[in-house]
This record gives sequence, C-alpha cells and structure tokens, in this order.
Amino acid sequence: MFDTLQDRLSEVFKNLRGKSRLSEADIDATAREIRLALLEADVNLGVVKEFIAAVKQRAVGVDIHQALNPTQQIVKIVNEELISILGGESRQLRFAKRPPTVIMLAGLQGSGKTTLAGKLGLWLKEQGRSPLLVAADLQRPNAVNQLQVVGNRAGVHVFAPEPGNGVGDPVQVARTSILHAMSKLYDVVIVDTAGRLGVDAELMQQAADIRDAVNPTEILFVVDAMIGQDAVNTARAFADGVGFDGVVLSKLDGDARGGAALSIARVIGKPIMFASNGEGLKDFDAFHPDRMASRILGMGDLLTLIEQAEKTFDAEESAKAAQKLMTGKGGEFGLDDFLSQMQAVRRMGPLSKILGMIPGAAAIKDQINAIDERDIDRLEAIIHSMTPGERSNPKILDGSRRSRVAKGAGTTVAEVNALVNRFFDAKKMMQSMAGGAFGGGMPGMPGARRAPARPAAKSRTRGKGVSGNPAKRNSHAPADAPVDGTAAPAWDPAASFGLGAGQSDADLQKALSDYQLPADLQKMFNQKNLGPR
Amino acid sequence: MVSTIPEKARRVLRDELVRLVNPGFDRSLKVDGDGVPGVVLVVGVNGTGKTTTIGKLARVLVAEGKTVVLGAADTFRAAAADQLQTWGSRVGVPTVRGPEGGDPASVAFDAVQQGIASGVDVVLVDTAGRLHTKTGLMDELGKIKRVIEKKAPVTEVLLVIDATTGQNGLTQARVFADVVDITGIVLSKLDGSAKGGIVVQVQRELQVPVKLIGLGEGVDDLVPFEAEAFVDALLAES
Repeated sequence: MFDTLQDRLSEVFKNLRGKSRLSEADIDATAREIRLALLEADVNLGVVKEFIAAVKQRAVGVDIHQALNPTQQIVKIVNEELISILGGESRQLRFAKRPPTVIMLAGLQGSGKTTLAGKLGLWLKEQGRSPLLVAADLQRPNAVNQLQVVGNRAGVHVFAPEPGNGVGDPVQVARTSILHAMSKLYDVVIVDTAGRLGVDAELMQQAADIRDAVNPTEILFVVDAMIGQDAVNTARAFADGVGFDGVVLSKLDGDARGGAALSIARVIGKPIMFASNGEGLKDFDAFHPDRMASRILGMGDLLTLIEQAEKTFDAEESAKAAQKLMTGKGGEFGLDDFLSQMQAVRRMGPLSKILGMIPGAAAIKDQINAIDERDIDRLEAIIHSMTPGERSNPKILDGSRRSRVAKGAGTTVAEVNALVNRFFDAKKMMQSMAGGAFGGGMPGMPGARRAPARPAAKSRTRGKGVSGNPAKRNSHAPADAPVDGTAAPAWDPAASFGLGAGQSDADLQKALSDYQLPADLQKMFNQKNLGPR
Repeated sequence: MVSTIPEKARRVLRDELVRLVNPGFDRSLKVDGDGVPGVVLVVGVNGTGKTTTIGKLARVLVAEGKTVVLGAADTFRAAAADQLQTWGSRVGVPTVRGPEGGDPASVAFDAVQQGIASGVDVVLVDTAGRLHTKTGLMDELGKIKRVIEKKAPVTEVLLVIDATTGQNGLTQARVFADVVDITGIVLSKLDGSAKGGIVVQVQRELQVPVKLIGLGEGVDDLVPFEAEAFVDALLAES
C-alpha cells in the first residue's frame, strides 16, 4: 500500500550523508514527502500546510544529532508535532457536580453513535455508575430497537418512550429523560441522537434544541476514522450548530490512517477523548495521541499489536508452551503446541496485517505481501493428519508415516518433510535463545519459504541478532513472564521471516530504537500488572 | 466570450475529470435473472447506508413495476433486520429474515429460494457491515455469495461507499472486489458537504462503475449517477 514517511524520507536523504546540519533546501525536499504522507492519511489540506510550516520552522538549522540520521530526525520532529496537536488538551470525562451527568452524542449518519452509546454505557457501569441510555434517534428505522438491544447486551437501562421510525419528538424525549433519570436515580444520562448532516439546517436546529432541553455536561462528536477531506467542514458545522466538548474516533479497527483526527484537533481545538475499535461492546478505549501519530505516519502501531496479542493469546497456554520448549517440563514441545501458537497469532487478524504493524516492517514489505495465508491452512492440514503421538514427538515420523500423512493432508511428502525440518530448525533456534523467559512462539512460520532465495541459516542468526522481543531489547527492568510470553509470539514471525537481505537488520534496530519504546512499554506492563483495563 | 486563464484552466480540469469519470460507462443495474429472479447483493463497511440503500432501491424497482423480496442477511447488528423490514413495509415488499446471530448465508439462501418460489423479479440481499480488514467476516461474505449462487446467479454486487470516506475508500473497494467481485458502486450520503471524490480513483482502478447515488433518508433519495453533474459538484466552490 502506501509507503511510510520513513521510506519516503530515506529516499530524499540518500545523498545527504556526512552533513552536519539540515539546510533549508534539504527541508524543502522533505516537506513534499511529508505533505504527501499526510494527504494520503486524509489530513485536511489546510491543516497540512500549517503543519508543514510549523515543522519547517523547527527543523531548519537543527544540529544533526549524533545518534540519529537526518531521516530519523525529521520523523522525530514530525511525530512530536503530531503528538502535541493530537494530545494537546487531553482530558477525562467530566461529571456534573449535581447528578445526573448528561452526555449527548452527535454526528453524521453511520458514524457509530448508537453502538458507542452501548459501549459508553457499559464502560460507565463498570466504573460503578448507573447510566441510562436515551433513545432520541426517532428518525432512522428501528434505531430505537437497536439501542434497546445494545442496552440489553450491555446490561444498561434504556429510556425509550417513543417507538421512533419518524414518530415522536426527540426534544421532548430528551427533556423527559432527565426527569426520569432524576426520579429513578440514574447518575449518567447518555442521549443518542439521530445522525444528521452538517448542511442540514433543520436537523442541526433540532440537535441544538435537544442540547438546550437537556443541558449536557459533555457533548461528544462521534466521527468515523475513515472520513476524508470533509472532516473539517463536518466538524465545523457541528461545532457551530450544537457545539461539542470532545471527539470520539470510531472504527479505528479498520486500516484507515485516521488523519481526520489531526484535522479536527487542529481546526476545532477540541480533544479526542475516546477511540472505538471494534464491534464488541468492550472495544472502546481512551485515546492515545502517540499511537495515533504513528498510525497517521504509517509507522506501525506496536502498542496496538501488543494489546491485540494480549487479548488473543491465552497467557497460560503460552507460558506452558514456553516452558515445554525450554525445559522439557510437561512434555516435549511438539507440533500441536506449534499449531496452537500459530492459530493464536492468526486470530489477531491476517498475518500480513499483523506484520505490517511492526515498525520497520517496510523493509520486508515484499515478503509480507508474498505471504499466502492459505499456507497456514495447508500446514494445519498436515499437522491434523498426524496421530497425537506423532504430533508430540515428530521424531518418530519415518518414511512410511510421512507418506501416510501426506496422503491424509492431500499434499506431497516433500511438503511434509519441509514442515518437519523447519519445525526442528526453529525449535533448535528457540531453545538456543532460551535465556530469558522467552518463547512459546512461532517457529518457522509458513510463507517464509516463499521469501525469495533466502538461506535458512540466515533467518536463524537473524532471530538471535535482533532479539524478537521488544521488551527484552528495550526495557531495562525485566518484564513479568506472562506478559513476556504473550508479547513474544507476535515478534517471532518477523524474526523467522528473515528480514530481507543485508541492511535490514541494522534498519530494524534503528527503527526500533527510533520508536521510543521503553517508556511506553514500561507503562503498558505496569498497566497490565495493575489488572484488567 | 472572453475567458480568463483561470476559467480556461477550470474548463480543462473539468473536461479531464469528466473523461476520467467516463460518462460512457454502462451504469444500468442488472436485475434480470435468466428464468430466476435477479439477485442484488449489497455490501460495504459499517454505517455506509446499506440497509437504507436497499430500502430506496426496492422503492425504485417497485415503481418500475417489478416484484421484489428483501433478504435480511444482516443477522449481526442489533435490530438491523427490523430496520430492513420497516423499509420493506414502507414500499410494500416482503422481507425474509432469520434469527438474530444466525448464519447470514442461510438467510440469503432462504430469501432467494422464496423469491424463486413466489416468482418475483428481484431479490435484494442486505448484508452486515464489515470492515475489510476482518478476514473472518470477509470469508463469511464470500460464503454468502457462494451459497446464493447454488440457487440463482448474483446479477449485481453493489458496494456502498460513504461519500465522506477518504483515501481508505480505495482500500475498501479493492478488498471487497477481491472477495465478492463487485459490479457497481453506490455513493451514499452525497447530500452532505462531502463530495465523494475517492470514487473516481476506485472506478478507475477497479473498472467498476458508480451506478447510484444516495441523497438522503427519504424513500425517493436514490438516483442514477451522472458523471458531469458529479464533476461539477466536485469543482463547485464551497
């Protein structure tokens, strides 16, 4: 897909080695690349211009840092600027001094207001509050039902006196909902309104009327992360029409770069408070400016990757597999353990996608694109065609067993041989790395053999060279074993992909150190240790 | 007429854009099955307006004197089937639905089967919104289409793209085209301030024409796409 800003800038700076300071001409050359990167991420043109001016001003005459090359230095400046805009005014949800706190949701059609109402309700309920959802979307067919179902799933009460589908007055519903909440002692009221366009004066007036009727503590503007150049117009129309205090970015689980976040934060100056990233009621989180900045720049989103890994991996199972691998306790690390780890990685999403989230993955983009997901299916088929005995101890696979397995899986003996050999290689590699509480991972991912002419030995040394585990490389304090066990598998695939030829090892090192991981990771581990978020 | 340089430039730009959008594209809807009902499958990411588009499309088809059955294969989102049924009853066409959380492919199959049994002209199948990055959901979509085709060929696969969508629209279209082989695009919510320029790129790269545009939540707010009007709106001063 798109090249990352880092790739683009590397190209610009190719002939710039040995300079001690960035000249204006150098900066101009980079400005174009930054502009393209931001436009591809859907950042508003006006915002891009302002932003570039700010970056230029900061970048001119900056001393070339000892440790960073010009590319990294510019990326660092851009990244810092992005974070400062995105997180300039980060704040928590306010609660009214005298309950009920009223939260009103507004936004375009299909931006995800009703779904968000449910998520917000559940989130507040888990914080010990008693929220009430109010069905003030009487426009869209069965929006009221949808809110009722969502409320039911979240275990939150819904106030829906009108059937909707064009019947009833939303302003009246909103007004009575406050009285209802006061008499029934709900302390937070979440008002779900109909989707409306910024240009629809009549509906905007209606939204303003709802606002005046309920006097909300917070008005949240819900916006789809996929929105394009129109984000600024729409946000401005809502800011003028009803006003809002914070922004919720929805559908962040897609692959949109979400430049709208930047546009809105910059133009309207309201903080982005929440990020909504999935269809489940729990897929809802506070907004992280640093992650969003990386995402807009296409620099990979390591923290999200790790979180996803945490969500999908069964920590206990991973730890058990790791133990088997290292110490031989609880049986030998066999093919079935291998398979379950592989399936765990796969649950996080398409492999190419997962690998793409790793910073520095651009260096191995071609290999990533060459991954055939169906390779894993074939691999599963081969392992499933083995007896339990063969799976736990693949050494007993002799010629006749292998030919039986090949027949069962509808493949050739050569494929079976390749799998078994790779498994042994990878296992050896993992065991030799087994210094720390590392492992339980993904030895010898399929697809790796699709990589163009790469000697197998190389991938193994690489695996050792770049310790696949960011926590191990970058954090000073040792992390807890379970966390380690979960984070590690996500990394091993990259290691066993043999990160391209030659320079990529060093590149990855650079990309990683450039990524300022230690603090973030440390934070994450602490959070993890404090309990569920 | 004395035309200034900016005016000339604008005209050239307009002509180029119109050519890019290609007014000559065949934008007619294929709703005629060969002896069986024509089947229209409507797909897209979440919240683009699939259900609304189906409601409006049903109205257009009914107005043309065709008989229609709706298939509520969005069994995932809360009350989606109800929403479709409401649209169906507005234009007086039956809706086939299954249990919430059920297999969408089986609902689609039932809808087409009932369409064949009652001899209707067109079956419109609504699907759940899905982000193109969710492999499992995209596989499910592929299955829906395969299962329908056991009964009758899918004559039209419409991808609904929200006009507010930015660069991501192209990625969406690529993935959906890959999975279900889309044959047309519906550009929804064009009545707002967004202009939906991304479809130019989508149409050019995938060679799939924009067939319809959505202009609001009313029953009559679905109209055929016109290249020239679209380009003029694109270039209009805001």
